[in-house]
Amino acid sequence: MAQSVAQPTATTPAVPAQLPIGAIAPWAVFFGILMLVLLYFVGAEQGATSLVSGEGVHEWVHDARHLLGFPCH
Amino acid sequence: MNSVTVRNLLVRGMLAGLAAGVLALVVAYFLAEPRVDEAIAFEEAHAHEHGGEELVSRAVQSTAGLGTGVLVYGVAFGGIAALAYCFALGRIGRFGPRASALLLAAGGLVAVYVVPFLKYPANPPAVGDPDTLDQRTALFFLMIVLSVLLAVAAVILGKRLAGRLGTWNATVAAGASYLLAVGIAYAFLPSFAEAPEGFPATLLWQYRVATLAIQATLWTAFGLIFGLLAERVLAPRPSESGGTTPDARATPVAH
Repeated sequence: MAQSVAQPTATTPAVPAQLPIGAIAPWAVFFGILMLVLLYFVGAEQGATSLVSGEGVHEWVHDARHLLGFPCH
Repeated sequence: MNSVTVRNLLVRGMLAGLAAGVLALVVAYFLAEPRVDEAIAFEEAHAHEHGGEELVSRAVQSTAGLGTGVLVYGVAFGGIAALAYCFALGRIGRFGPRASALLLAAGGLVAVYVVPFLKYPANPPAVGDPDTLDQRTALFFLMIVLSVLLAVAAVILGKRLAGRLGTWNATVAAGASYLLAVGIAYAFLPSFAEAPEGFPATLLWQYRVATLAIQATLWTAFGLIFGLLAERVLAPRPSESGGTTPDARATPVAH
């Protein structure tokens, strides 16, 4: 790659170093689950399944649910 | 040090997802909301089940409600994509931080939205039988999980084949096997066609294209913004790296 040599960021390696799986795993497990819970509340709560009683969550995110492609009703 | 890098990338992924969500929200409000209103007008003209008192008014649903949903969706997928990025970095080929981010975002758009969408497309209000909601929801989520797992498997397959076939051929082979597996899933999973009698075909088409535009905006903006932020984390410019703390530098989310 002659191009990268000519650039001012020549000190930057072309390919970033791999991050060890062990360093990623705790973050991936905890935040992965947290993010999936968020998606569940936007996408499915008070639709097919319901953890919170009533229609409030469903009604509030109604338009987003339709427009993000989730089956709504 | 590595754990700090993961945390920094995760935080920036969520911020990039939020910023991309704002752009997607603009597209959703101006491009897609008019179609929702048309569909609701059709629904009200043809059925009288939805009488009763509204819990949340249309004005709130189409603004604050829509905003909540789209931004939470953006942050959530931003976080998940950032974690996937940590795994992908340096493992998917000779790509720099920005190119990796954009590739990941393109993969996310295809695997998370386009592939499930082609089998279970988004439906406007008035389209969709409430009796099949449970089944449609389960199948939609199943299709997303399946599509993402198959995409990950295809990437791993491509990496394995690269030594024998060369990078180009291995990529083509991996892409083809992904499409083949998706095609088989399409063939065996049940379909739904629940547009009511007389629902305008043009409206359904415009609505679905608009939802595609929302997702294309979200993932493209995420790939570009996150790539920029990730590059600053991974390769700070020499002039800035004096303190060796990427956190010391405030990263603006503005674009």
